Amino acid sequence: MSDSRESIPSSTEIDPKTTAPAGSGRSGISRRGFLKGAGLTAAGTALLDGVQGFTREAAAETTHGVTELGPGPVQVKLHVNGVEHTVEIEPRTTLAEALRMHLGMTGTKIACDRGVCSGCTVWLDKMPVNSCMTLAIDAVGHNVTTIEGLSSSDRMHPLQAAFVKHDALQCGFCTPGMVMSCAALLERNPNPSEHDVRHAVSGNLCRCGTYPKIFAATLDAAGTTRTA
Amino acid sequence: MNRFSMADCTTVDAALSQLKDGAVVKAGGVDLLDRMKDGIEEPTRLVNIRNVAELRGIRETDHGLTIGPLTTLAEISDHPLIRAQYQILSDACGHAATPHIRNMATVGGNLLQRVQCWYYRSADFQCIRKGKDLCFAFDGLNQYHAIMEYATCPSVAPSSAAVALLGLNGSVELSSAKRGKRTVGIKELYVVPDANPTKFTVIEPDELITAIVIPKPAPGTRSAYQKYGEKESFDWAIADAGVVLEMDGDICRRAVIVMGAASPVVRRSPQAEAALAGKTINEETARAAGKVAVEGATPLSMNAYKLDLFPVAVYRTILLAAGQRDRDPSAAG
Repeated sequence: MSDSRESIPSSTEIDPKTTAPAGSGRSGISRRGFLKGAGLTAAGTALLDGVQGFTREAAAETTHGVTELGPGPVQVKLHVNGVEHTVEIEPRTTLAEALRMHLGMTGTKIACDRGVCSGCTVWLDKMPVNSCMTLAIDAVGHNVTTIEGLSSSDRMHPLQAAFVKHDALQCGFCTPGMVMSCAALLERNPNPSEHDVRHAVSGNLCRCGTYPKIFAATLDAAGTTRTA
Repeated sequence: MNRFSMADCTTVDAALSQLKDGAVVKAGGVDLLDRMKDGIEEPTRLVNIRNVAELRGIRETDHGLTIGPLTTLAEISDHPLIRAQYQILSDACGHAATPHIRNMATVGGNLLQRVQCWYYRSADFQCIRKGKDLCFAFDGLNQYHAIMEYATCPSVAPSSAAVALLGLNGSVELSSAKRGKRTVGIKELYVVPDANPTKFTVIEPDELITAIVIPKPAPGTRSAYQKYGEKESFDWAIADAGVVLEMDGDICRRAVIVMGAASPVVRRSPQAEAALAGKTINEETARAAGKVAVEGATPLSMNAYKLDLFPVAVYRTILLAAGQRDRDPSAAG
């Protein structure tokens, strides 16, 4: 029950016959690659004309302000990084799981899975939230922005460039969440103080202790934004 | 997390019609998902009220404030009127959890979050709050637990919004499809574990919080809230204090002193309030009020430090409310 893997929805369940035994690394199908493929298949076959983001089958059950969902998979539309995706998820699927396992966007990290570390930070309508504690169903009708959507093609976001310049990461696992938190700060306050940066990442845990460089990178990027 | 079906509702009436057969309400979902992921609760039916627009927002009325229970902690802490006239509430909502959680968590959910006792929060411990007959904290690890009023269960009240709302004499409006509306004060919202260890609040399964009501403070009212924790951010309080002072020039006509993490249910300190009534607020009177706030406290084996911490929290927050001291840099941010 406490194992978060249990909540991987049925549409992405791994068929044991097609995956390699643990540790063999020889099947040619990586776990991540398999999950990516499954997610894209779901997105490709979706029906797109729904009500409030739910597709026709689910919305048909809407009566008197109540939409019945689940417990089985439901087709929903998620707007991620400006693109509309249709995914088949159970109501219990979190936004972090939908992004990683259905849409293959593994930049968003799941670490604590309890809203404690903010490694899973994404924007919901430009507001930073913990995607591990947000049900994917609740993201329907909102614009989701992930670390993949922050840069444009091969050009880094100025904040990402500043992280590189200031060497603001060690193991890198917290970095996507840190960048999303700091970039959200710059969106609403282009001229932050160090106190503002500290406050913006006060929920983001970095076990390597890169905070001073994250503060410096963010203040530097703010300068870049100002003079750009 | 277990599988569940969901009734996704867009109106209060729709939500109330779905509150039956063990269905559990989900608003922001922060505490509920936490409990479900840890296997403490496994509801098979959720009623999603997150998209009920009429339950969101802050409205000034002739009598004070009406706050929709779905209003997020961030929306409350950033609201100009609340920052100006209800500082205790903006302080409390602005210092709960993390910035991201405050963007998601609703004030109604904050009031109704379950206790943070680590035995309660572990599926491995079947304690008295889960309908069994044991408390593991009395003889176990109890450094974060209660120092007063804990005969049955020494877990402490976790909601910082409740500290502020009790200080402001707030209440909640509860609605049911069958019985209509009723209003319950913040103190009366909570069931003390001595009376019923598994009930937590007086809210019945078919009821929903449909409003939070705060009376307009008397002229000359000043207030503040401070939270002390082990970490500077994202931690529940080990001691928190809410102070509301009705001032008449330099004299405190009436004081409300609320202690958060001292007892299983949020409480006022009649001793500290009496110590300030009719007095000039200064270092000496504030310290005296802080000292008597822990009168009669009986610490557990590992939390006697709270007998030192609460008087400091109360005294510094009194001076903050009175405008005689800056926010304590050692209080949690």
